[in-house]
Amino acid sequence: MFATRKLLREAGVLGLNERNAEFIMRMNPRRLYPRVDDKVLTKKLAIEAGMPVPELYGVIGNQAEVRRFSAIVADHESFVVKPARGSGGDGIIVITGRSKRKRDSYRYASGLLVSGAEIEHHISNVVGGQYSLAGNPDTALIEYCVKFDPLFGEVSYQGVPDIRVIVYRGYPIMSMVRLPTRTSDGKANLHQGAVGAGIDLSSGRTLRGVLGNDVIDEHPDTGALISGLYIPKWDFILQSSARSSEVTGLGYVGVDMVIDKDLGPLILEMNARPGLNIQIANGCGLAHRIRRIDEIFDPEADSVARARVARQEFAAERQGTLELSD
Amino acid sequence: MTTRYVLVLAGILTLIGLAAFIYKWQVLGLPLDASQETPTWTVETTIRFDSGPGSINVNLQIPTLTPGFVTLDEFSVSRNYAFGLNYVGADREAQWTVRRADGPQTLYYRIIVYEDPDSDQSDLTPQLPIPPVIDEPFRTAVEMVVADVREHSADEASFTSVLIRLFNSPSPNPNIQLLLAETQTRADFVRMLTTVLASERIPARVIRGIPLQDQQRQAEAVPWLEIHDGDRWRYFDPSTGDEGLPDRFLVWWRGSEPLYRVEGGSNVEVRFAVQRNYIDALAIAEHRAELRQSRLFDFSLFALPIETQSVYSVLLMIPIGALVMVFMRNVVGIDAFGTFMPVLIALAFRETQLVWGVILFSVLVALGLSIRFLLERLRLLLVPRLSAVLIVVVLLMLIISVVAHQLGMETGLSVALFPMVIIAMTIERMSVVWEERGAGDAMRAGAGSMIVATIAYLVMGMPWLEHLIITFPELLLIVLAVVLMLGRYTGYRLSELTRFKAIVSK
Repeated sequence: MFATRKLLREAGVLGLNERNAEFIMRMNPRRLYPRVDDKVLTKKLAIEAGMPVPELYGVIGNQAEVRRFSAIVADHESFVVKPARGSGGDGIIVITGRSKRKRDSYRYASGLLVSGAEIEHHISNVVGGQYSLAGNPDTALIEYCVKFDPLFGEVSYQGVPDIRVIVYRGYPIMSMVRLPTRTSDGKANLHQGAVGAGIDLSSGRTLRGVLGNDVIDEHPDTGALISGLYIPKWDFILQSSARSSEVTGLGYVGVDMVIDKDLGPLILEMNARPGLNIQIANGCGLAHRIRRIDEIFDPEADSVARARVARQEFAAERQGTLELSD
Repeated sequence: MTTRYVLVLAGILTLIGLAAFIYKWQVLGLPLDASQETPTWTVETTIRFDSGPGSINVNLQIPTLTPGFVTLDEFSVSRNYAFGLNYVGADREAQWTVRRADGPQTLYYRIIVYEDPDSDQSDLTPQLPIPPVIDEPFRTAVEMVVADVREHSADEASFTSVLIRLFNSPSPNPNIQLLLAETQTRADFVRMLTTVLASERIPARVIRGIPLQDQQRQAEAVPWLEIHDGDRWRYFDPSTGDEGLPDRFLVWWRGSEPLYRVEGGSNVEVRFAVQRNYIDALAIAEHRAELRQSRLFDFSLFALPIETQSVYSVLLMIPIGALVMVFMRNVVGIDAFGTFMPVLIALAFRETQLVWGVILFSVLVALGLSIRFLLERLRLLLVPRLSAVLIVVVLLMLIISVVAHQLGMETGLSVALFPMVIIAMTIERMSVVWEERGAGDAMRAGAGSMIVATIAYLVMGMPWLEHLIITFPELLLIVLAVVLMLGRYTGYRLSELTRFKAIVSK
């Protein structure tokens, strides 16, 4: 039923209080938050740094602009609407196509149809601040909808899986892939019911999966084995996420990436308060890895070097991570 | 590094708080425990009026003989006014005079009494009243009523009882109907009783008193009947005819004089505020403080006007609620809506009582949620939708109050005490969570809020803690120190022990 404090401490598990007090408050100065909290700004910074991001179709900044929606998406079959300052994936809708007969009728990732008026209502909610922290007025982004990479076809139910990398002082220290399920409605957020699977940093191979707070081996909808998948372009993913520290200036950040069928890995967003369930997905605590980085930290190292160090240091075997495959 | 600063700061705060506490407790002798004392009561009369042109002369009836109570102290607060006491017969009048004043004026008269059941405080034996001269047709009516009552009674006391019962009968006989036709107020009613009693040559008079209850910001003077049976004064309830005074009834003045007379002023408003205090033991402490030339008392809570004191006796408990909130969030790890929503709900529980509070709150939120889901279909913009929810909440509160009143459940009325804006925000947050993360998460956070509110209510309602904080507000510095330290608590939350158990269970 319960783990003891001592056991968690030995496993190096990072708790919410410690994450907030020791890492978020110390490593992430408040003035830098807009760089990650505002997705429009994040995208701009990432493009300047030469990082790959999904193409931005349009931005809706106030209620009067909401009616521009259909013009913005006129040339695009599929797209994603998200609040610029949303948190935890709330307020994101994914449109993967349109009705064949009515151009004004859009199709969710789940296949359900939704009218343009309903999407406009959603956008005006977003602009009104329903999904932003503290309810402040917000901006809605309409951007490229990532194309499914067949690699994850077996282990995700609609929607696109994304890869979360925790980066501490510029070094990737832990990673997982988040797989959408039917309950998560095509979204890749753990608290909405998506499955998380830890990734061995050295090889880019998936470890065990976690749903809620429980460990699972198989995807709840497809039944496919979650572990043992190799993430393509793993080096590129680690290097891109390692650069996030230069781009954002944050010392403790979660980088979310997706793999597009045509464009390869793209950076979706960054998070100054990344969740802690990644520890369950990896069967391993963050605290030991953070301590190790503090020991070997090299201010001169560039992102490629830091990614290499991460691959050497945090191999799953060396950390004694549970393996469910092989 | 930061942790060390926090520890030092918390240490300093704790030291200051403890030092002030121990000084007040040990040296000045403030009571640690409320239950050991006899309660003392402070009644404050506030006279507000607009000054007219010319000189101002204000007379106020004040307590003289107070059966069951002993006066500890009395004083008046009135800037620029000359203050004096006039003795009129057995009564006393406070008198304020000033040659000129501008704008709204406020005068205070404050009396501090403590209960003493042995305090006799009877008035002198009065002379037998001269039978009043009454005009027809009232005269015949009075005579017939007197004859009727005399037939059913043995002595002065039973005469009075029977008379009162006749007066209060739901279908009074025509004579009494005639007499009562002229009486408009409760006081008139009692005055008419004294007239009839005088015809029977029983000395009788109206007395007015204040039933003492803790933290009344607006008390009313209640008329009562007093008669003399030739031996001593006796009291009668003018609505039942039962003998005796109500519990904790402070007799304010006797006779038919008006409570106040204000010459040279208009728009007069007189209010009584009552507060139970620990000034009894404090008075001794205060005396000691004077001897030691300590200025501590001039800056204590008890130096404030009573109305403000009763506000602070609630406000001072809020930090305790906040402490509970911090503990539940950061050490236990319970999910709840809004940072301080549970504390505000807990405050509302103080008025509604716990069980009713939980029921009313749940009903209100459940109804609000269902209407919020209907509103969702209308696709309203955010702020109008929030306002619509707020209006619906206010209407729901009204409906619950009215329905509960009709069903005879008076507790239902207290639903009006819930902070409606907070409830509206809770409904909005809950419905968003419901849609985004499912009913389970919404219910869990809702239940979490309820649990935290309940615990905060129970802790904030502990009488000894309440007494301690009100008497020693410096203890809040220690609360602050604890909150600061919890702010640097980096250990696991209790809920994380289950959350992360999958990592360590091999």
